[in-house]
Parts: sequence; C-alpha cells; structure tokens
Amino acid sequence: MTGYDEERIASALRLLPPAPEAWVQAAQELPLARTAIESIVARAEADAAFRARLVADLEAALEEAGCDATPSVLASLRLHLGGG
Amino acid sequence: MATRTDAQLVSRCRAGDPDAWNELVERFSRYVYAICVHAFRLDSTDAEDVFQDVFARVYERLDRLRDDDAVRPWIAQLTRRLCIDRLRESKRESPAEAEELETAEADETLARLDEALAVRAGLEAVGDPCRDILDRFFARDESYRTIGEALGLPSGTIASRISRCLAKLRVELEGRS
Repeated sequence: MTGYDEERIASALRLLPPAPEAWVQAAQELPLARTAIESIVARAEADAAFRARLVADLEAALEEAGCDATPSVLASLRLHLGGG
Repeated sequence: MATRTDAQLVSRCRAGDPDAWNELVERFSRYVYAICVHAFRLDSTDAEDVFQDVFARVYERLDRLRDDDAVRPWIAQLTRRLCIDRLRESKRESPAEAEELETAEADETLARLDEALAVRAGLEAVGDPCRDILDRFFARDESYRTIGEALGLPSGTIASRISRCLAKLRVELEGRS
C-alpha cells in the first residue's frame, strides 16, 4: 500500500475491530484442550457405539464423556471426525 | 520488544510454544472475524462457528503449510472457503447468491482487509500509547471521554493525540512501503 493519507489509515483501522474476547480466548485454549480431544478421538476409534453417538450429537456425547463442549473443541473434533 | 514476523511465529507454534499460538490467534483474530462479518456478512452464530473452525484447522494443519511467510493468505483462503461453505448450507442464501458474493463484493472487501492488516502491523510497530489510543478510537469506536477515562488523560487532549499518533503511524507505514 502506498500513498498513505490519514483518512485512508483511519478507514483501514476501522475495518478491523476486535473479535469477541470469548472467541479469541476459546481459540487460544485449543492447545490446552488437545489432550481431551485426543482422548475422545481415541475412544471413538475404539468404540463404534460412542463414535456413532458423537457423530449423531457431538455436544451430548461430549457431555457424557465429561468434556466441555466449547466451540473450539467442537470445531476441532469435527475436523478429527472427518467433517472437514 | 521486536515484533516477530509471521514466519517466526509459525515456526514457534510448530515447536509447541503456547505463547506463540496465543500471539498467532491474537494477530489474525480481527482479520478472520472481519472476513466472516464484513466480507461475507455471516450472522454471529455462523461467524463464531467459522472463526473456531478456522483456528482449529490452522492449529491442526500448521505442519502442512509449505511457506511459513504465507500464513496470512493461507488463513484468508481457509476463512473464505469456510464462509462460502456456510453460506451455501444456509437457508438464508441461495447457492447462486453465495457464488455472486464470492466473486465480487467479498473479494473486494478481502483486498481492503489485507490493506487494513498491513496498517495494523504498522500500528503494532508504533507501539503504545499510540497503538492503544488509535485502536480505541478507530477500531473500538470509543469516545474521547471513554478513552480519556481509561488512560487517565483529559478528554480535551485526546483529539490532538489522535492526530499526532496518525501522523506517526503514517511515517511508519511510508517507511515500510
């Protein structure tokens, strides 16, 4: 970007408001959730009935497994279960 | 403290440095959020799902990134694709409308967001107090009064500080181009 003027800079700054703090925090906590995610994936691989419950209702199956169904954990698990 | 380059940040993330991952999420969170809500106009629920999906994929697939310097376009493409998928799944938009968004308006917004991200990188380099003041005023839409109260400054001085900080940021950006 060349030819900066202050109005252009101001417009650029306005384009990037902060994401909701809770979203950012959830994404930052992904490494902490990794152990839980790996454990659930391993169980799903070993237990077809649990995998079927996971696929049918991820949030309920996570609750059953004693894991918080945060948006970042859900996204990560969908990825592991072949949703992306 | 010198700001780490994107490539340095990616390298530290791969090495398992949790602080680096926090920094990477912080660095790109506004960008991903803006692509979801400004470029593709997702509602809050869809935007949150896409936002979390993007960072889950980045976290899981960082090893597959061929060029560490290319993390920003990689994240942009990932976010763009997931937004389009979401629009196609949604009852709110027909596939044809989603395609139209994809090829025209959204891409134009993405180009502006790339420019905005470069300006933010300049803002990070300028550092506080200018970073804080400009971010509060322009990105967080805070009033002079709110900024003054938060920073312990007379609200009557905020306008002149914003002006000085914009000039400083301009010099920083021109030095980079």
